[in-house]
Amino acid sequence: MSSGLPRPGVHFMMGNFACVEAAILAGCRFFAGYPITPSSEIFERACVRFPQVGGIAVEMEDEMASVAALIGASYAGAKAMTATSGPGFSLMMENIGLAFIMEAPIVIVNVQRAGPSTGIPTLIGQGDVMQARWGSHGDLETVVYAPSSVQEFFDLTIRAFNTAERLRTPVIVLADQLVGLMWEKVVIPPAEEIEIVERKVMDPRLLSTRLPFDYSADVNPMPIVGTGCRVNIDSLTHDERGYPTTSQEVSDRMLRYLLGKIRNHARELWMYKEFMTDDAEVVVVAYGSTARSALNAVKQARSRGIKAGLLQLITIWPFPSDVIERLSQRVNVLVVPEINFGQLVHPVREHAKCPVIEVNWAPGSLIEPNVIVDAVEVAAA
Amino acid sequence: MGALALKILREPINLALFRRPLGQVYIIPERCKECGFCWSFCPMDVLERSDQFNPNGYRYPRVKPGKENDCINCKMCSLICPELAIYTVEVS
Amino acid sequence: MTQVVKAQRHPRDRLLRSERLPHIWCPGCGIGIVMAAYADAIEASGIPPEKHVCISGIGCTGRVSGYMHLDSFHTTHGRAIAFATGLSLVRPDLEVTVISGDGDICTIGGNHLIHAARRNVDINVIMVNNFNYGMTGGQHGGTTPLGAKTYTSPYGNFENPFNIPYLVAAAGASFVARWTTLHVRQLINAIKRMMSVEGFAFIEVISPCPPTFGEFNNFPEALDMMEYFRKHSVVDHNADLSKIDIRLQGEPLVVGNFVDRRRPSYQELIQETIRRASGRGEGI
Ligand SMILES: Cc1ncc(C[n+]2csc(CCOP(=O)(O)OP(=O)(O)O)c2C)c(N)n1
Ligand code: SF4
Ligand code: SF4
Ligand code: SF4
Ligand SMILES: [Mg+2]
Repeated sequence: MSSGLPRPGVHFMMGNFACVEAAILAGCRFFAGYPITPSSEIFERACVRFPQVGGIAVEMEDEMASVAALIGASYAGAKAMTATSGPGFSLMMENIGLAFIMEAPIVIVNVQRAGPSTGIPTLIGQGDVMQARWGSHGDLETVVYAPSSVQEFFDLTIRAFNTAERLRTPVIVLADQLVGLMWEKVVIPPAEEIEIVERKVMDPRLLSTRLPFDYSADVNPMPIVGTGCRVNIDSLTHDERGYPTTSQEVSDRMLRYLLGKIRNHARELWMYKEFMTDDAEVVVVAYGSTARSALNAVKQARSRGIKAGLLQLITIWPFPSDVIERLSQRVNVLVVPEINFGQLVHPVREHAKCPVIEVNWAPGSLIEPNVIVDAVEVAAA
Repeated sequence: MGALALKILREPINLALFRRPLGQVYIIPERCKECGFCWSFCPMDVLERSDQFNPNGYRYPRVKPGKENDCINCKMCSLICPELAIYTVEVS
Repeated sequence: MTQVVKAQRHPRDRLLRSERLPHIWCPGCGIGIVMAAYADAIEASGIPPEKHVCISGIGCTGRVSGYMHLDSFHTTHGRAIAFATGLSLVRPDLEVTVISGDGDICTIGGNHLIHAARRNVDINVIMVNNFNYGMTGGQHGGTTPLGAKTYTSPYGNFENPFNIPYLVAAAGASFVARWTTLHVRQLINAIKRMMSVEGFAFIEVISPCPPTFGEFNNFPEALDMMEYFRKHSVVDHNADLSKIDIRLQGEPLVVGNFVDRRRPSYQELIQETIRRASGRGEGI
């Protein structure tokens, strides 16, 4: 009988499949989903693979239910995930907020497709960047990773679980149709070489001397159901006992604690890659699949004698402001290509100390490298 | 057959053989909201609205004068109280 | 005997966060009766409190979870059943009970309700039906009788309400009951029964809401509504569920434990799937 775990080694795999294998290795044993192109392969593969490792994969009646079920599963002690695309992501906003205020570690994968509303289900887009950060109402912070290859999709899925568990907060993997459906080489390391983070769990005996919510703590341990904690977990603004309150002072304390979990850890969360930026005068800032075109564009520009470089942002939220600030002090121009009409360019512009040029490309296909090369040439001139 | 069954059922109970339970009423005055359920649904008509106000301005129940030995500890008042403000305990 | 003895604590307090009492509900609101009945049923169930989980959505009834001294969750409006589904799938050994309002469970959450009943998810759902959205000040919802006046049906409701037990039974639930806040003993027994049923167990509890529903519909006092229950309730466990809709026009208010049947639960079927699939991974 096999363990059901993925075999370490070199594989040729679809991005959406790699995501599931990574989740299994990260210890995820609960998946609740609702099918949607171009993410359905994640759900389908989870339905095959999760039961093989003793996990549960279920189809809910919609995406609101999916995320609600994840939070329930998370409080039952499981690592839990779902996968979706634009229309489903919109429905998830309600309970992403719930996961945030309830401090439930869950992972949401959004394989972005093209356009608003139903858009173009089968084609690529990067239109959910702002929604991933600002889509749920009230004041909240999300952690969002954007993979540009199947390998990154694999690695970042594991990292998403680790971050979620460490900070007790929802984490989003913002993939896109290309990364999701592309087949590519992926190296699966032996399980013992993969760093796996487990949440800190509340010891019910401590509750006789401490309150379940300490808003001066970094991250509070999580009360898991059935262990005797008997704590109230509330979607209403709540005090240190977990009870609803309308006190402005408590509201301030609670929110600073919740937001602080991410803000205070931003520097550890930031992931990015730099290519040829050492001597660069023009740097392209790209994320997700667009980083692939951008790398090609930077190489082409170099062959034309332009000192171009690439900054690939892997963590896009919390926004790596310092990275942009630092880089923009030693280059002349930043170029931000996106498969949308201007989203991540806004925080780039906010933090850049140099001019920023945006390159926008209608959702539907990958930005062609020559379009980015043209922009780099204009920027260099 | 039917008639026989009916006849048996209608045999009068010898009340002397039954001990009627006696209940003591307890009240947590601060919780009461004067909804009136307890005194309206007490089968023995033991309770009534008192003239005492709790800190929230509600008049909580009391045992009617002269009915001190009438509570049969049926627990209806404690079951029907939405505030968990009243209960009874059987006394021997 | 003395007249009354003043006390500080109630025998049910150990299952409640009694430091939070008195609760927020209006005088004569029926929710407190249901909460106390739930506490009684927990006590009688023989299942220790740390194995019970109470989950609510949003609304006046949604506040029940916050008063129960259990593992408790106050979730989003309508989503309590979905939340409970995820939780109980991972911990099928726990006794998971959803308590929430009619608007929460059957209007905004109606889709989750019918699908949970169809899947026969092994959870308990207690829906307090006060015929309106109490928390938001009295608007009509999926249970408001035709003609009833609310702030959003000022000329009389022009929508037909759901007949909830009929709906939930048709969707496939293992256990379906309806009681009122006057039938407390029957309610406690029904909740206790839910806790031993394998599969989706559902109780509709008809409850007074004097200020936001009663006021405009000839039940200005909570007692008026309770009196209506007393006068018109008919216990019929074998009722034809298609005929038990509520109009509040003096027709029989049919209550009872209507459905109690054994069907494989969602949890059982999933565990069976895992048994068949586990170890089958070719390790890709
Ligand atoms: C998504 C969403 N929409 C609307 C509301 C506002 N809201 C709060 S409670 C409620 C109605 C609750 O009615 P019901 O479930 O019947 O509970 P009751 O207060 O009557 O017990 C509404 C509409 C909300 N909290 N969330
Ligand atoms: S226990 Fe029964 S008889 Fe006694 S006061 Fe309460 S309702 Fe009346
Ligand atoms: S039923 Fe409870 S709240 Fe109502 S009057 Fe009696 S003691 Fe007070
Ligand atoms: S508004 Fe209605 S449901 Fe809400 S607490 Fe008051 S009586 Fe109860
Ligand atoms: Mg209601």
